[in-house]
Amino acid sequence: MKLDSKIPEGHISQKWTDYKDHLKLVAPNNRPKIDIIVVGTGLAGASAAASFAEMGYNVKAFCYQDSPRRAHSIAAQGGINAAKNYQNDGDSTFRLFYDTIKGGDYRAREANVHRLAEVSGNIIDQCVAQGVPFARDYGGMLDNRSFGGTQVQRTFYAAGQTGQQLLLGAYSSLSRQIGLGKVEMYNRHEMLELVKVDGKARGIIARNLITGDLERHSAHAVIIATGGYGNVYFLSTNAMGSNVTAGWKIHKQGALFANPCYVQIHPTCIPVHGTNQSKLTLMSESLRNSGRIWVPKKKEDAEAIRAGKLKPVQIAEEDRDYYLERKYPAFGNLVPRDVASRAGKEVCDEGRGIEANDTNEGVYLDFATEIQSKGKQTAYAKGNHNPSQEEILTLGKKWLEEKYGNLFTMYQKITDENPYETPMKIYPAVHYTMGGVWVDYNLQSTIPGCFVAGEANFSDHGANRLGASALMQGLADGYFVLPYTVSNYLADDIRTGKISTDLPEFVAAENSVKEQINKFLSNNGTKTVDHFHKRLGLIMWNKVGMGRNEKGLTEAISEIAALKEEFFKDVYVPGSADELNPELEKALRVADFIELGQLMAMDALQRKESCGGHFREEYQDSEGETLRDDENFSFVGAWENKGYDVTKSELHKEELKYEFIKIAARNYK
Amino acid sequence: MSAAKNINITLQIWRQKNSKEKGKMESYKLNNVSTASSFLEMLDQLNEQLVNERKEPIAFDHDCREGICGMCSLYINGRAHGPDTGITTCQLHMRMFNDGDTIVVEPWRSVAFPVIKDLVVDRTAFDRIQQAGGFVSVNTSGNTIDANTIPVPKDDADKAFEAAACIGCGACVATCKNGSAMLFVGAKVSQYALLPQGKVEATNRVLNMVRQMDEEGFGNCTNTGACEIECPKGISLENIARMNREYLSASLK
Ligand SMILES: Cc1cc2nc3c(=O)[nH]c(=O)nc-3n(C[C@H](O)[C@H](O)[C@H](O)COP(=O)(O)OP(=O)(O)OC[C@H]3O[C@@H](n4cnc5c(N)ncnc54)[C@H](O)[C@@H]3O)c2cc1C
Ligand code: SF4
Ligand code: FES
Repeated sequence: MKLDSKIPEGHISQKWTDYKDHLKLVAPNNRPKIDIIVVGTGLAGASAAASFAEMGYNVKAFCYQDSPRRAHSIAAQGGINAAKNYQNDGDSTFRLFYDTIKGGDYRAREANVHRLAEVSGNIIDQCVAQGVPFARDYGGMLDNRSFGGTQVQRTFYAAGQTGQQLLLGAYSSLSRQIGLGKVEMYNRHEMLELVKVDGKARGIIARNLITGDLERHSAHAVIIATGGYGNVYFLSTNAMGSNVTAGWKIHKQGALFANPCYVQIHPTCIPVHGTNQSKLTLMSESLRNSGRIWVPKKKEDAEAIRAGKLKPVQIAEEDRDYYLERKYPAFGNLVPRDVASRAGKEVCDEGRGIEANDTNEGVYLDFATEIQSKGKQTAYAKGNHNPSQEEILTLGKKWLEEKYGNLFTMYQKITDENPYETPMKIYPAVHYTMGGVWVDYNLQSTIPGCFVAGEANFSDHGANRLGASALMQGLADGYFVLPYTVSNYLADDIRTGKISTDLPEFVAAENSVKEQINKFLSNNGTKTVDHFHKRLGLIMWNKVGMGRNEKGLTEAISEIAALKEEFFKDVYVPGSADELNPELEKALRVADFIELGQLMAMDALQRKESCGGHFREEYQDSEGETLRDDENFSFVGAWENKGYDVTKSELHKEELKYEFIKIAARNYK
Repeated sequence: MSAAKNINITLQIWRQKNSKEKGKMESYKLNNVSTASSFLEMLDQLNEQLVNERKEPIAFDHDCREGICGMCSLYINGRAHGPDTGITTCQLHMRMFNDGDTIVVEPWRSVAFPVIKDLVVDRTAFDRIQQAGGFVSVNTSGNTIDANTIPVPKDDADKAFEAAACIGCGACVATCKNGSAMLFVGAKVSQYALLPQGKVEATNRVLNMVRQMDEEGFGNCTNTGACEIECPKGISLENIARMNREYLSASLK
């Protein structure tokens, strides 16, 4: 198989414009003759479905929740980037492009990233026009803040609920189209198989999660916008239902899966509390604008804190190690996520973690300095030039509350500690997956007619994702890229006519799903689905987590193979196929997670270098920083499935060429 | 801060096979529940126990488990989202309960939210209200004007944001003795009423949304205020008043 990324010729700043000008169109009168399926209604899917419907195509949209408004995108807290330069701090399309490529550790495609930067400003315009209530300054203009990995303020936000507001914006556009009858919405439906006819994607098999009915749906093109696969680790910041099933099913039908080992571990999550924990909660990275991260300098202090004998406020300033500020003076607490996460792991590995859990893993995120400075500032602004310490504290806390109130409340509910009084405890957790289905510049997978958008594809982030760029990518794909590239593909389909769901391909696909379901329900094993999922998660976190090495990865590959055998032999799935059956839903998803987990380990093993979220312990410099190997590994690793045994998968390489950005070591010092 | 400990509890949970069959309360004992667990993690633990005993696990709705998707529901000890304020069920923690407690768990109860199974109810009526007008009719073509050419006074923007913070969980409906959806609809109407972008369609929006709300079988608001108390996002009754004003002026046009 030859990978053709279809990157257009020309100067980087002109590629997308020129390309768009030459794409084929479907005339408005022909669009109602064409059906499009969109699977997933997060930011990427909802914006795509709304856009296609607006253009006049017939759209069927699917999501497993009871409403598109609940898609995982809703949870995004911090913000969305755009190169608007409203703050006049030197931002530009090029700078956003550059930061994103560098942030991705030079493992992303230049052309895609530039396009993303180009349309970023338009996303904000679009969302504001839809009534998304972004934060504003007193002059009524949009407000911005900064995020990790950049030195400009280009992040637009809506308190700590940016994802919610953006998704509600996309959902309202989608709702409008549903109301107009242009989108048929299928809530509580899960796509379980792709149907190919003559090699092209022509439909899906979906299970109605309430009745259990398997349904056949046909279309001229299928868009997969089903989000990321962080839940492979069982514990992650992802919503509990997030899964890889749609992506994995198309992978098994011929779509390549790219860079599966690139997983983003987010530095600021609430540490694990116990074995019954079901998920991890993120504390937005925007907190790093105001909080300072530290652990005690001395191991004894850390031990005393864990034993409850010392409180963090009792540690003197000179006994604190603000390790990010110490190691990375230029970026300080705002270094990119991978850098911050590894630094946190390092100090905990040295025995200086402060959390009293099984692993002692946790560091402080401290707002005391900010409370002081903002308290004073506010007092001055109010004309009080001689504020008492008490006044300063009150005003400072109030300032924090206005900016991050909901996050602080959330933290307090979960941990039972008051972060205005004592520093937050944080630790890295699995957050985002940069890998995904391989797509070309058109966002088309290697299956014609099957497009993949948002977190489900691999395309824009490289080995690491900077904050506030996933929301941007989801909306860019849905509003501004797919409408062009899918139309170009569909231009050849205006005479095809309706696709019958009685075709033998639909029957066969439905039967294979039925067979898998029946197998699970009649398996009569002894262990629950979660039992296996948790075991998979442990293997993944310990051996394919923040630090990876050859030995661990090799072990992981064979351990997962054994787990897979045991899972299929010994899993017990109660209930029946023709009802709401959450255990069955989980079983189908975990089956795919197990196989993907193995592929992730294989991908990490072949990538003998360190880059972004992929840290191979064998490849680091004397200061513990990542050692990239551009000569040998400047490629996208795209895997082709070869059947049940995932270890037989074949690796294809898409060379990455950097024509417009000079590759350099990533340095945040 | 209280250190986590383990407690034993008894649960009375509503079981109902599907929308057609009648349901009933069932009792379950569950030991060794960490007080650091969330309420839903406790239910996971119970389900693990039930599956291991070859009994059918309890179906309940959830997804984000961070208090933002609005998917979790549950009436706990007679209160929507349980005995704490300003939170959803997934953010309720077991430290709110004591060793030996009996906890009663029921689905949202409202005509407009029929039970699907056990604790899972159908809230699609909310979506249909939204489809009737909860949007700004702007094309998704990207040909919009620069965002800063639509300035919005900070106070209005903040208020619109507060209204937009509704997560569509339905606690307001479940807790209202009339099963009214006014807080939810009021929040949506307010968000757009406060922003310049929504003005053009304001009349149709409020008329259509209210009409759809009535068609879905939601009850009337009698200003009891229970909704505001149980709303996890602190959506204020002001929004109902604003909607009423919008509705009145729309009806007079
Ligand atoms: C806690 C948190 C905070 C974040 N904060 C930020 C931030 O501040 N800034 C930022 O840029 N990014 C942030 N992110 C990342 C960002 O939210 C996600 O990457 C992005 O929203 C993904 O959007 P999506 O549309 O690709 O997928 P999703 O929103 O995950 O949507 C997937 C959709 O697919 C559906 N689905 C999945 N499988 C199936 C199936 N088989 N059949 C039918 N439907 C299916 C789901 O129902 C859902 O509708 C954050 C993520 C988390 C977890
Ligand atoms: S108004 Fe409050 S209680 Fe009602 S749906 Fe919205 S968030 Fe839930
Ligand atoms: S599960 Fe999302 S709000 Fe509770």
